[in-house]
Order: sequence, then C-alpha cells, then structure tokens
Amino acid sequence: MVLVYIDQADQQIKKSSLEAMSYGAALAKQLGCEVAALVLGTVQDNLADLGKNGAQKVYHLKNESLNTLDVKVHSSIIATAAKNANATVVVFAHNINGKAIAPAVSVKLEAGLVSGASSLPNTENGFVVTKTVFSGKAFASIQIETPIKVIAINQNSFGLVAYDNTATVEELNLPIPPASIKITKLEKVEGEIPLTEASLVVSGGRGLKGPENWGILLDLAKALGAATACSRPVSDSDWRPHHEHVGQTGIQIAPNLYIAIGISGAIQHLAGVNRSKTIVVINKDPEAPFFKAADYGVVGDAFEVVPALTTAILKMKSNA
Amino acid sequence: MKILVCISKTPDTTAKIAFTEGNTKFDENGVQWIINPYDEWYALVKAIELKEKDPSTIIHLVTVGMADAEPIIRKALALGGDEAIRINSNSNDSFNVAKQIATVAKEGSYDIIFTGKETIDYNSASIGSMLSAILDMPFVSLANKLDLNENTAIVRREIESGEETCEVNLPVVISCQKGMAEQRIPNMRGIMAARTKPLKVVEPIEVSATTSIKKFDTPAAKSGVKLVDPANMDELVRLLKEEAKVI
Repeated sequence: MVLVYIDQADQQIKKSSLEAMSYGAALAKQLGCEVAALVLGTVQDNLADLGKNGAQKVYHLKNESLNTLDVKVHSSIIATAAKNANATVVVFAHNINGKAIAPAVSVKLEAGLVSGASSLPNTENGFVVTKTVFSGKAFASIQIETPIKVIAINQNSFGLVAYDNTATVEELNLPIPPASIKITKLEKVEGEIPLTEASLVVSGGRGLKGPENWGILLDLAKALGAATACSRPVSDSDWRPHHEHVGQTGIQIAPNLYIAIGISGAIQHLAGVNRSKTIVVINKDPEAPFFKAADYGVVGDAFEVVPALTTAILKMKSNA
Repeated sequence: MKILVCISKTPDTTAKIAFTEGNTKFDENGVQWIINPYDEWYALVKAIELKEKDPSTIIHLVTVGMADAEPIIRKALALGGDEAIRINSNSNDSFNVAKQIATVAKEGSYDIIFTGKETIDYNSASIGSMLSAILDMPFVSLANKLDLNENTAIVRREIESGEETCEVNLPVVISCQKGMAEQRIPNMRGIMAARTKPLKVVEPIEVSATTSIKKFDTPAAKSGVKLVDPANMDELVRLLKEEAKVI
C-alpha cells in the first residue's frame, strides 16, 4: 500500500498535500496496490473528499494536540500507522512540515528517503526517483535500496488529478506520545497567499527604487490573484518583509508563473525561482542576466510596463 | 553547555554545475568549495554567539568527508569552535551520514546539535530530522531565533502560515536558517588559532546504504526568451493565457 501523509495548517488541508495525494494515487496505480491517506489532528475539510484526489481510504487520528507540528510525536505516529497499514511507500509533500517529518519517519521505518522528488519513480528495474539537486540546477536519479520507501514530492511539480471517488474514513485509535515541544506564541501572516503554495507570484527588486513604489506591483498581484515576493536586497533594506524574500538564502518556490520586476537575476536569486514553470522578466536593462532564464521578457520601464500589464489582465478577465 | 555543529562542504553558490563519468559524478574541476552557507552563517555563528554569552560553552564541529574537506573545517574553526571531528567517509546517503554523526553525538553527549536548514548541493534537508530520530531527541526545524533559559531553549521557527515560538527541553536538534545569527568573516587571530585547534579523524561505522545515486541530469536549456513589445501588454497576456497556459 501507498500511504500519503496529508498535512494541515490552521486545520485546513494544504494544496501541496493534495498534490502529494494525486502523486500517491498515480504511484499506487503504477505499483498495482492500494492508496490511503493519513490525516492527523482536527481538520475542517470533509475527509471523504480526499477521494477526489485519489484516496481510496483515509486514516484519521483526530486529536487537537496534533494540529501543531511536533516532529518527535508526528513521526512516531506516522511510522506506527505505516507499519499497521503495511505501507511499502510513504509519501509526503516536500513543504515545511514534510521536510521536517519525512526524514525522521524514514529512520523509524528503516526506509530509504528521496526528499524533494520531482516525478514518479521508475520501477522497471528497481525503484529510481528523480529529485532536484544543486538548488534546481540539476536532477539526480536516486535508487532506493530498502523494502520500504519514503518520498517527499516537490511542491507544484505534480499537478492535481481529479478522481470520481469518495474515500472511506477510518478513525485511528493510536496512543499519542508525550509532547516534546510547547508552543508559546504564534505570529501568523494574515490574509496573504503563502508564497510556497502560490501558483502565481509577482516579485520586485531594486529596480523599483523604493518601498513607496510597490503599489504598481501590488495592483498587478491583486489583478492576477498572485502572491508577492522580493529579492534579497529589497528584504535586506526592509522595503519588504523578510518572509517575501525568495532566493538561495530565502524561500525556494516553483509557481506556474513568476513575474520578476526590476530584478537583475543574480545566480543566488535564480536558485530560488528556477523551478518556476513560466518566468516573465520586466527590466529596463536588456543585458540583465535574468533574461537568459526567462520565457518572456519585456525590456522597458517598470513604472510604465507594470500598470499597462495590470490593465491588460483586468481587460482579459472582464472579457472572460 | 556542549554544542555540536554539523558542517558540510559544498560547491560555491556560483560554481558551474557539470558532471563526469557518464553523468554519474559531480565534476569537481575548477570548483571552489565553501562551508555550506546555512551551516556557517546560521548554525556555527549562532553557536559562537552562545559561547560569547557563556564562555564555559564548548563547541565541537563535525563533518562527514574525506581529507579534502579539511580546509573547510579549518575555516570553520577560524570563525570559532574548540575542536573538530572529521568522519572519514565520502557517503552521500543521508541516512549513512546521519548515522555517522549520531555516533559522534552519542559519545559527546551534547546539549544542542545544530545543522543548517539544508545543504545547497543535495538540498535534502534531512540530516537534522534523521539525527533527532536516531538519538530520540526533539527536533525544531527552520529556526530563526534562539534564546536559552537554563535547560530550556526558546526557539522561533517558520511554519506554513507564519512563525511560532516554542519551548523545548535540552538536549535538542535544531536546523537553522536566516535570522538565526549575523554572518561574520574570520579574523586573523581566529585563522592563526584555528591552525592549532584539534582536528580529530575517526573512521566511519559500517552502515548499509539506503539509497544510491544512479545518474545526474541538467535541465533542458530554455529555448530562449521571447521578447514582447513594452507597448503591447495585451500580447503578453495573450501569450501567458494561450501559449504558456498559466493564467
């Protein structure tokens, strides 16, 4: 059986976990076995609906204490559930929680791990999973040598697949180990699309000249329904909050569309965004290195081009 | 207080990424090696900051690598740290690496084990979590702030919807990222002192590999940028909708 860990934030199932579910369902089909989801904590979503992403069965351990991440507790429960279900592959989303939990689960299951996988395994001769390495500049094909396998699939690399299923939900009754950490304070970023979950991202660099000029970028993001991001110099100068910084030392993202405005495209910035499906670069310098990594480029003044693009998007949306 | 900092040797962020031997091996030709930035800027410097607050703190560095990793370890010792341990293995299987470090960690009975949030070569972000499971310790990932209160660490970490602060009893494994500490460069006194600091080499324990790398590939080059007239944003919208199909 393939077991997919369905992660939550604020009692809502993450999009990256639904992608992991679709990945797990496709993998189960490839291996000719069953696929189940594992949900920990209390979530507001209807769990039977995970069938629409490919789950045949949902194991649910309903306990409020599991709503926040405690790697020691979560990994122990997931490993036990995987053993009880005779899982041969355990799938995680390679998001903040998945990155933290999957390696610990792999140790507990004595399973080989591929973390940051980018596609389904090749099972013709062994079990070989491709993952991104060198910050997106290369891929490695990695053979997992152990009977049980753990895979953490990159966000936004395996699309959602719609199934006409309703999953059966089974409440689990497993003992919950004592907490190893105590949460004392929560600082939520309200009302924004989290960058790593966003499929459209609009990002600004030093070319915008100052925080007072961010209005044109925010208007474009609003017209598109996109999340906003920025380059390192921008967050270092406190023009924008640090959680918007994408790049080698910031957040690595892989949206469907990344629009870079006034960002030259230093190699450290590209390392954070080069897995984006489509890259649009708007820069007045035709020699900006970012154009070499772009799919579409506009050589022009951002202060004219960006408002015009916003107008064109709104026009397209009103005609749709 | 005893701290273990895990250090990895990685190619410089601007290094050309190429492969040899039928795309099965990273081409080290002309590559500059650095301390993995997350290990250096955040994990190691945080340990040094803690030692500056409490000089009785002992910092050990550990790396899994061959003799060619020693210049990197000396550079780390020049920043700070009392002694280093090199485990003489070239394994790139995360589980194997974690098992080797765990063996050193058990012997040293450390209060805090720091790692960077990930290495910039294999990007697996696995060692800290694996260590915590092998050593049966709590694990806090993506930490960007840490204070100590006797036997408790107060750690701020990144979560999906923002940040949260948690309290955890020592010993603990913590993976570090931006915000944790201020980047520094080694000074001359540190460089001189590093030459005589102990660097112990230990042989690896036997661990059967859980994974092996079969081959590397580089992504297909972009077919070239399509330039759009800045006066015609309707055309860009059309391309994004009809050609790229992303909006």
